[in-house]
Amino acid sequence: MVTEAKKGMYIIVVGGGKVGFHLAKELVEANHEVLVIEQDSVKAKEIADELGDIVLDGDGCEATILEKAGTARADMLLAVTGDDQDNLVACQVAKQRFNVARTVARINDPKNEQFFRKLEVDITVSATSAIMAHIEQELPTHHLSVLVKIKGSDLELVEMRIPDDSRVVNQPVRNIMLPYQSMVVLVVGEDGLPKVPSAETVIHAGDEVVAVTLHESEQQLRDAMLSPASARGF
Amino acid sequence: MRIVVMGCGRVGSALASELSAEGNDVLVLDTDPTAFRFLPDDFRGTTHVGNGMDIDVLGRIHVADADAFVSTTRGDNRNVMAAQIAKHVFGVKIVATRIFDPLREEMYRNMGLRTINPTRVQAKRLKRVIEAPSDEAANALVTEFMRQEDL
Repeated sequence: MVTEAKKGMYIIVVGGGKVGFHLAKELVEANHEVLVIEQDSVKAKEIADELGDIVLDGDGCEATILEKAGTARADMLLAVTGDDQDNLVACQVAKQRFNVARTVARINDPKNEQFFRKLEVDITVSATSAIMAHIEQELPTHHLSVLVKIKGSDLELVEMRIPDDSRVVNQPVRNIMLPYQSMVVLVVGEDGLPKVPSAETVIHAGDEVVAVTLHESEQQLRDAMLSPASARGF
Repeated sequence: MRIVVMGCGRVGSALASELSAEGNDVLVLDTDPTAFRFLPDDFRGTTHVGNGMDIDVLGRIHVADADAFVSTTRGDNRNVMAAQIAKHVFGVKIVATRIFDPLREEMYRNMGLRTINPTRVQAKRLKRVIEAPSDEAANALVTEFMRQEDL
């Protein structure tokens, strides 16, 4: 008996560089319908030789090319060229002219992330930010790292390791002056067990704490949870 | 007015010098320091080497205090990205940009940027110059175009 192939999505990948190529390959293997748009015809041919007839040679920021690609019926457009401005424009054209439900942009300059998400880009992926986050987690001096940004809001989930000299050591959660829209959602003590904190839960040095916060309140949260007791005259 | 002009090519430099001559406080931005050679010797504005698509660079030149931002580089995408940063990140009131692709030009005009598309006008004008019955008639047409632009 022939098993029916799982019906995938139609996904357009703008940019056939290394990221675009490997992404397209994975997506094809996962049974999605994929089209790569690449304006360098040599690169376009290389991808076609490798992955088959799924490449369109052209500029993925141009409405005429996106029209040819059948963008109106695409479930998702992934703009993964090496240039932030091209990724932004590809996503904007896809949204504005073709109503694509989901647009994803690769971002090189992490400062562009927030701004892109204000403008038709649903998801931003920054290798720079991802690598920085990993590095920060390894550094003993950086006690706060962002785990994930929460879609459709400016909120993010952050993780903190409470330093020995923190003002919150041996304090119950209700004594912590958290910034606006921030809350402690998980505490992992030295026993390694996760605990949903109540107002009475006491924080200890070395605890891993997961909190929700607004991106712009990150520094205030750092001050509230990580700064030494003496810093604010406790 | 305080005006930032991004891209010091032929159009950007001509625009910057005209605005500056009229008494505006003009800053011209270009990634290539040699691009400023297009500016006249008596240019009284400021030049700054930097990328107008970089949020830090725009912050450093205090673009938020500008009354207007104009992007005139050769890249459509560079122009619209910088223009949108000026508008949406720094809140510049007047943001204008040149876009060569007519479809993108229309789209960004509908999205609230002030856009100009030189392609259609130039194609139409070139067609009329070719169709002119004589060289003299063609030259007269060009003179007429320039007169219209000076109005």
